[in-house]
This record gives sequence, C-alpha cells and structure tokens, in this order.
Amino acid sequence: MTTVDRAGRAETPTGRAPRNGARVSRRHRSGHATGAAGRQESGGHAGLITGVLRLCRPAAGQLGLALLAGVGAAGAGVGLMATSAWLISRAAQHPPVLHLMVAIVAVRAFGIGRGVLRYVERIAGHDAALRVLGGLRVRTYRRLERLAPAGLTAFRRGDLVARLVDDVESVLDVIARVLLPIAVAAVTGAATVLLIGNLLPVAGAALAASLLAVAVGVPLVQAAAVRRADARLAPLRGALAAGTVDLLQGLPDLIAHGAVGRALTALDRTDRQLLTAARRSGAAAGVSAAVTASCTGLSVLAGLAAGAVAVRAGALPGELLAVVVLTPLAVFETVGTIPAAAQRLAAARSALGRLAEIAVAADPAPDPAAPVPLPDGPPTVRLEGVSAGWTPGQVVLRDVSLTLRPGRRVALVGPSGAGKSTVAALLLRWLDPLTGRVTLNDVDIRDLRGDDVRRTVGYLGDDVYLFDTTIEENLRVGRPAATAAELETALAAARLLDWVRTLPAGLGTPVGEHGVTLSGGQRRRLALARVLLADFPVLILDEPTEHLDDGTAAELTRDLLAASGARAVLLITHRTDGLDDVDEVVTLLPARQDGSRASTAKHG
Amino acid sequence: MRPLDPRLLRHARATRTYLALSVVLGLALAALVVAQATLLADGITAVYLHGADVARIAPTLAWLAAVVVLRAGVAWAQEVSAARSAAAVKRQLRSRLLTHVAALGPGAAGTGTGEVATLATRGLDALDAYFARYLPHLVLAALVPVVVLARIAPADLVAAGTIAVTLPLIPVFMALVGMHTETANRRQFRLLARLSHHFLDVVAGLPTLRIFGRAKRQAGIIARISAEQRATTMRTLRVAFLSSLVLELLATLSVALVAVGIGLRLVDGSLGLATALLVLILAPEAYLPLRQVGANYHASAEGLAAATSVFEILEQPLPPRGTAPPPAGTMRFENVVVRHEGRSDASLPSFTAEIHPGEVVALTGPSGCGKSTALAVLLGFAAPGTGSVTVGGHDLTTVDPDEWRRGVAWLPQRPWLSTGTIADNIRLGAPGATAESLRRAAAQAGALEFIDALPEGMSTRLGDDGAGLSAGQRQRIALARVFLRDAPLVLLDEPTANLDAETEAGILAAIRTHAAGRTVIMAAHRPALIAVADRSIPVGRTAVAA
Repeated sequence: MTTVDRAGRAETPTGRAPRNGARVSRRHRSGHATGAAGRQESGGHAGLITGVLRLCRPAAGQLGLALLAGVGAAGAGVGLMATSAWLISRAAQHPPVLHLMVAIVAVRAFGIGRGVLRYVERIAGHDAALRVLGGLRVRTYRRLERLAPAGLTAFRRGDLVARLVDDVESVLDVIARVLLPIAVAAVTGAATVLLIGNLLPVAGAALAASLLAVAVGVPLVQAAAVRRADARLAPLRGALAAGTVDLLQGLPDLIAHGAVGRALTALDRTDRQLLTAARRSGAAAGVSAAVTASCTGLSVLAGLAAGAVAVRAGALPGELLAVVVLTPLAVFETVGTIPAAAQRLAAARSALGRLAEIAVAADPAPDPAAPVPLPDGPPTVRLEGVSAGWTPGQVVLRDVSLTLRPGRRVALVGPSGAGKSTVAALLLRWLDPLTGRVTLNDVDIRDLRGDDVRRTVGYLGDDVYLFDTTIEENLRVGRPAATAAELETALAAARLLDWVRTLPAGLGTPVGEHGVTLSGGQRRRLALARVLLADFPVLILDEPTEHLDDGTAAELTRDLLAASGARAVLLITHRTDGLDDVDEVVTLLPARQDGSRASTAKHG
Repeated sequence: MRPLDPRLLRHARATRTYLALSVVLGLALAALVVAQATLLADGITAVYLHGADVARIAPTLAWLAAVVVLRAGVAWAQEVSAARSAAAVKRQLRSRLLTHVAALGPGAAGTGTGEVATLATRGLDALDAYFARYLPHLVLAALVPVVVLARIAPADLVAAGTIAVTLPLIPVFMALVGMHTETANRRQFRLLARLSHHFLDVVAGLPTLRIFGRAKRQAGIIARISAEQRATTMRTLRVAFLSSLVLELLATLSVALVAVGIGLRLVDGSLGLATALLVLILAPEAYLPLRQVGANYHASAEGLAAATSVFEILEQPLPPRGTAPPPAGTMRFENVVVRHEGRSDASLPSFTAEIHPGEVVALTGPSGCGKSTALAVLLGFAAPGTGSVTVGGHDLTTVDPDEWRRGVAWLPQRPWLSTGTIADNIRLGAPGATAESLRRAAAQAGALEFIDALPEGMSTRLGDDGAGLSAGQRQRIALARVFLRDAPLVLLDEPTANLDAETEAGILAAIRTHAAGRTVIMAAHRPALIAVADRSIPVGRTAVAA
C-alpha cells in the first residue's frame, strides 16, 4: 500500500494531489494505448476540447482574427451565389441596368473578398496552431522530464516517440482543421438559415434540417461507426511504430540470426490489420460523404418544391426563387466540411487522451511542496534500512543500510540482480524508498529537490548514453561553461585525450546516434570524462570499467579512486578482484520475495 | 514537383487501380453535375417565368431526386476507394522500404533509426490526404471542366469563352507558385524528421540529462526548435497559400464576371433565363475541382515529399552479394583493413590471422583496436577495404551472406533484445526450437534461475530493449540465444561482460563445453576469458587509446 500512497502524493497538472491515487497508478502501469483509448470514451469530446482551448489562450488574438476572416470568406461565397441568383432573375424582367448596379458591385466585391479573406484565415489559423503546438511540446517534455527514468518503465520508447511527435502534433490538426472550420461553418450556416428563412420559412426550415443533419447527425453516426475502428487503429499504429523502431535498432542482431524475414512478416501482419481497420473507417467516411451529398441535394429539392408552391400562392416574389433554391449549394460547401473535421477530432481523441495519460502518470519521486535548502558542508549520504522496488508490488531491495562519507571509497558488490542499480537510483532520487529513508547530512532527501540531490550525487551508469552530437557537446553536458583546459583535463583523466588529439576534427568529431562511431571502451571513457567534468561531491560508479581491457580497467579504477580526493565514492561492481584500494566493501544479496532479510556483510 | 510521381505507380501498384477507378467515378460525377444544373435551371424557369405549379414540375423533381441519390452513391464510392487505396499503398511502400533498409544492412541507409522510423510511419501517413483529397480532385479537375464546357458552349459561347480563358490560368499560376514551394516543403519535412530525431535522442537520454541537471534546459531548446519550425512552416505556408489565393481569386472573380455578364445580356434580351441559370450553376462547378486541388496542395505535397524520401532510399543500390554456397575450412585474414566513413584511423588496421576449424581463439588487444570489426567482417557487416578474408580458400565476399550467416552464431558487445517474450528472444536464431532445448540453452547460459524466478517465467514480456533486466541478465539471455542457435561458427564479443565472477566461471565452462566440434572466435580482454581459448591472436599493431 505504500506504493499507492506514493502515487497519491503525485502532482497533478492542477497542483492538487489526486484522491484516487490508486486508480492513477494502476492505469499508469497498464500503460498502453488500447487501455487509454477505451477508458477515455466516457470522458467525451467536451473535456478534451476544453483542454485544447486552455492551451489556445496564448494564441487567442490570432485565432479570433482567423475566425473573423473565415466567416467573412465563407459569407462571401454564399453572398456571391445569392446575389448572382437574384441579379439574373431580376435581369430576366429587363429592368433598366441602373437598377442592377448595386447587385453587380456586390457580386464583384464578393468575388474578390472570398479569396483574400480565406488567405488571411489560413495564415492566422496556422500561425495560432503552430504556437499552441510548440507550447504543448514543451509541456509534454517537462512532464516526461519529471517522470524519467523510474516513472516511464511502463511506456515503451518506440511508443514514446510516436506519442511525442504524433500525439502532440495532432493538436495542429485539432485547431486548424477541426475547431476553426467548425466555428466558421456554424456561424455561416446559422446566418444563411436566417436569410433563407426570412424569404421563405419552409425553405429555411428545410435548409436548417439538412444542415443540422450534416453538421450534427453525420458526425454522431460516424463517430459511433468510427470509434471501434479508431480504437483499433491507434494501438495498431503504436504497434507498427514500435515494431519499426525495434526492427531498425535490432537490425544487426536480426540479420545475424536470419530473423529479418520473420520480423518483416510480423510487421506486415500488423500492417494488414491496419489495412482492415482503415477500411472500416473508410466505409464510415463513405457513408458520411453520401449523407452530405444527399442532404445538399434534398435541401435544393425542398427549396424548389416549396418555392414553386410559394410563388404560385404569391407568398414569394418570383425573382427570389433562384435565391432560395441555389443559395444552399454554396452554404453546403462550407458546412459540408464539418463531418470530416469531426472525424479528425475523433481520430485525434486517443492521441489527446494519451497525452492526458502522461500528464497524470505518477511521479516516482515528487519534489516536496516546501523543499529544504541543500545542507552545507561535505555531504554524507546514508541509506537507513531501505526497501525499494520499481513497480508497485515489486521489492528489489529489503532493509539495506549504507553510509558514504567524504573521502571514503565504498565498493558495493553482489551478484547480478541483487539490486545494486536500485541503490544507485535511490541515492539519485529517481526512486523513493518504500520503507526506511535516504539522508544527505541527516536530511531526508525526500525533503530536498531532486535536482539539488543530483547536484551533489553524480552517476556513471553501466549503460552510458551519448547524444547524437560532437564529442565536445557531449562533454559539455557535464559542465556547459567548461574551459578548453578543463575539457582537456577531464579527457586526460579518462585517458582519452591522446585519442581525441589524433582525430582530424578533434573535439568537433560527431559521435553518431548513441555514439555508434566510437568503440564501447571509448564511449565509456567519454562518459567518464563527462562525469569528472561535472565534479560531483558524491560519485556513484556503476561498473565503470566494463568493456575495457583488463590492464586499462585496473589502471582506470586505481586512477579513479585516487582522483576521487575528498569525494565520497560508491563503486558498484560484480567483480571482486581489484578492490584493494577501497576503504570498505558492502555485499548485497538478492531480496527474496518471501520477505526474509538480505544480509549486508561488511569487511575492511 | 510533379502532381503524380510516376515512381508511385511503379512502387505501389495499388495506385493504378485507384486512378482507373477515380476516372470512372469522375466521369459519372461530371455527368450528374450537368444533369442537376439542367434540371434546376429548367425547374426554376418553369415556375418563375411560366407560372408552373408543383404538379407540372413533378417530373423534374423526380429526376432531381434520382440525381441526388446517384451523387450520394458516387460520393460514397470515392471515399471508400480512397481510404482503401491509401492504406494499401502505404503498406506496399512501407514493406518495400523496410525490406530495402534491411537488405542494405546495418548503418548503410545513411539515415538515423528515428528518421527512417518516422518516414515509415508518420511520413507515409501523409499519403492519406494525398489519396483522399488530392488525387481524386486532380482527376476531376481534368474531367469536369471539359464536360461542363461541352454543355455550356452550345448554350452560351461568351460564358464558355470566359471560363475557357480563365481556367488554364489557374494551373499556370499553380505551377509557378508550386515550383517555389517544392524546396520549401522538402525543407519542412526534413525539419520535422530532425525534430523527431532530436526528441528521440533527448528522451532516450533523459536520465543522463537529469543527472547533469541539464534536462530542464532542453525544454528551452525544444521551445526554440519549435519556434524555428513555426517560422519555417509559416514561410512555406505564406507562399503555399498564396497559390490558393490566386486560385480562389481567379475562380470566384471569373464566376462573378460570368454572372454579371449573363445578367447584362439577359437585360438586353440576347439570352434566355434557363440558359443563364444553367451557366450560373455550372460555372462554379468548373472551377471547384481545381480549387480543391489548390486547397489540398499543401497536404498532398507533404505526402509526396515523404514518398520521394522513400524512393530515394529504395533507389540506393544494394551492396554486391556473393552467391557461392558457404565453404568450410580454414579462415584466413590477409592484411585486412577496414575503414569507416568519417574516421581517420582504420577501424581494423591491417589484420592477418589464420583460424582452423574447431579452434577456440581469443582476439585480444586494447579497446578500440578492431576486435569487434574483425567479427563484423566475418558476419558480412563490414567489407575489407583492402586485403581479403578467405574460408577454405574461397573469398568470403563471393559467398551468399544469408547462407553463410546460417552457420554463424553471434553475441554482440551490446546484445539487442526484442520486445517479445524471453522465450521469443532466446529463439531468435532458432525459431523452431523445442521448449526443452530452450530451457537447456537458458540453463547453460546461467539464465534459467532468474527466468524461473519471474512470475511468468519464459513468457515474461520484455520492455523496450530489455528494459527491466539488469545488464548481466540481458547478457545471459543473449548467450542463451547463441547456445540455442547451434551454429558451427560462434562469434562472441566480450561474452562475460556485465557478469559477476561466480556467474562468469559458470559461463566460461559452458562456452568451453559448447565449443566442442565448433569454431569459436571471441573478442576478449579479461584473462579468465582468454584462458578459455586455445590461443590468442592480438589485433591492432599499436594501442589506439592508451
């Protein structure tokens, strides 16, 4: 239950702690799009649209302009048809040309106005949408930044990229191709109904009914039909994206094992399912297009029939008949876009839902409301009777205690899977303990800001990450303001300086995606140089010499420990040799799920 | 950019069927548009000028109803065929793209994983708009004006002339603006791909960024790149929308001119009302498909840009492949040098060695000396720049690589695990293996104990690239994969990396047992590992990084 309490303390976007913490955390674990899309159903469009509207606030001016221009453009299209119809009907009575001048000028003005206003609408609308997009991208990133790495174990990486790029970008569509066209069509449609209703109430009513059928009825029917297909489409797209990333990243292994064909076949199977799902939503789009076409035709037909009766009865002047019959043709051009817009909204819905899911995912180590300042003095870090696990219900560590003092070098040894990396995660405050506490100069680190903890405690992982940029930029992640001399000192300490000097581009050499152009050892050394450059008072070295040849490894370990000076160092290793230079060795045994205590034996 | 890239027809056959269907539907639609206009003009004229009542125009109303029903049918068919074709074309292109990237081999496609992944999924999705809203209107734009003009011309030559003169101006202007937007569009797509790559890099490296307190700063960089993207996109759009501005202006202004013209000719009695109404209704219909083409030009350009990127990769020639059956016998490296683009020093500097069948050898040397590259050459992932590798006297480059690799098991330095179950992962190189041999291989690799301790055992699904497992556990699963592969040539790149001393001893014994009757080549720097080998071969003449 402790885990649930932790989830319950997680921040929500509104800053309140959710009372339903348990539900949030369970939902987070099940993670994937299927579940999210399914559960979002009951939430309805309204919540998501208000969410998008809230994001729109910074671009409100641009959006207002776009709406005004859009209504003007659509109105010009309707006005052009209505005025020309009247002009021609009136002209058939052979009046003096002067009587037609106003209509002639109006027709020409509408002809020019539509193009210009439409241009303004599109520019302003897209500008607003791109502004909102940038904001959302940053918001989503900030959220991920809180969650990584411990809070993201339930989300797959391929999926994450699909989320960030696809889901975030769906907001562009929602604004430029959903909200704006619908608003424009609603205003224009209502105005046209008023105009026609004023001339011939029956025709106005028929037009209103047809427009409502297209603008409201079609999207509703279509939504029901599409919902099933789309709920199937989104996870399939996610699976396809994840499978594609999987295939591309694992290509060497797949080729070597003759498994490329199988992987491609598996992907194509997903693609075929996608094809079937796309057919379903295609059929739904077909039905809505057919209904839209019928409604346009029916409103014209109704206008002609009702108009014929009214003209005979003298209720409608003959020259207005063409206006009543033909104006609907123009207004449907605008309102007819609503079903497609609504369909886009339905498609974007699971994407927006998944963004919401990331927004509510529990922070594994939330910052305190009133953080205590980082305590002064050389830091001493302690684990006090700590138990911990990465996912609810899982316990990797049980009742472990450990002390790191300035200038002391402690080795943490134990078999793979004993939870050595979990100890590192606790010290870095990726993860909060289930029981017990972690302290920094006797302050519980849960009372400190995570960033402050990590300014004190540095980490060199067993799986280094290099960014797809130059050697220098990768180093500067450790200290952006480092001088050239500092960069060289750090490289020298990691025994990499001589090699860098042989490179034609030197520090400017790109390392490639995940550092592929470097050897495993070079990657490790570069990461080592980076962590030395950052100069953390407490340093966790998690298998720092893996992938290095023995001679260099032993030398490097010795150098590292020697260079640690006044630092507190935790050396995590599964090798028991070469530990002569450490002050203390702590052995970690795997936690057993039955709850028995793991022993920590100390010597030295 | 051409409106229809012929390579699309070649690489995605579904496009052809769709085009043919679009022409048939387009012709039907054009005929129905003309019929509807004629019926409406006749109906309005009958009521307005000839005082007809509803009963008199009942046949006209009935015909109109029939036209409405048929138009609904055509609209339905257009949407359905577009959705189906788009999905089919995407599948064909995606499958070709990924097959080709796989055939090009690791690192050869010249694009990062993120970029190819974006292209294969999101990039190709842009083709939806191309098929649903661009291509059919393009077909209509070619058909409808011809049919409409054919109907108007006999009735009113002046109006037909006005339309006939203004219509061709539209494609001309579009081509002019289009030429300008093409490069801008490609730049835009590249920017999007770069943004996606940057995201992947930053998100994957988030833990690292947080350790150094740099993660928050990235938010600012993302904001900056987004702002750049907005600026570039708006630049593109301002011009792209200009083409539709010209188009809308020409189209609506022409309709306005036609309307005013026929109005004036009605006043002086040179034109009948029925004809005038027919022209008024049909004139906008002549411009409509072109306007739609213009309105969807931007969306379609994005789709075509993605398709072009796919074609560029598809047109990269495949590396030459040998065809000879895999030979057996002594492997001989003779002065093999491997260089990688962008690196001054050779990845493998002049390597000469001889390895006999059944031997267990360790390639030794400092990190970066080329041990992994030597293994890559044996896998066919890297070709010797100079020198040669022969097996039983046959040059390895003449051998069919797939057939050759069938006899090779490989443990890379950083083994990749798929997102399937643990069993799927171990079976990667031996899909038909029985559950029994699966467990045996896992036990040999020292993996069975921790696998059985998992609640779902062998059926446990792994996270992305083995997330949830420790480095040592990943290594042991990958080792089990090698043991199960049961190949005569075994290549191991630091097989005991990430393992504790106790596990290492067990694994070394297992490797030794597995080596019986096989050739084993290991990249090694630990003495314990080197001790397992029959002999060791130093790689690299000088230490690269001391």
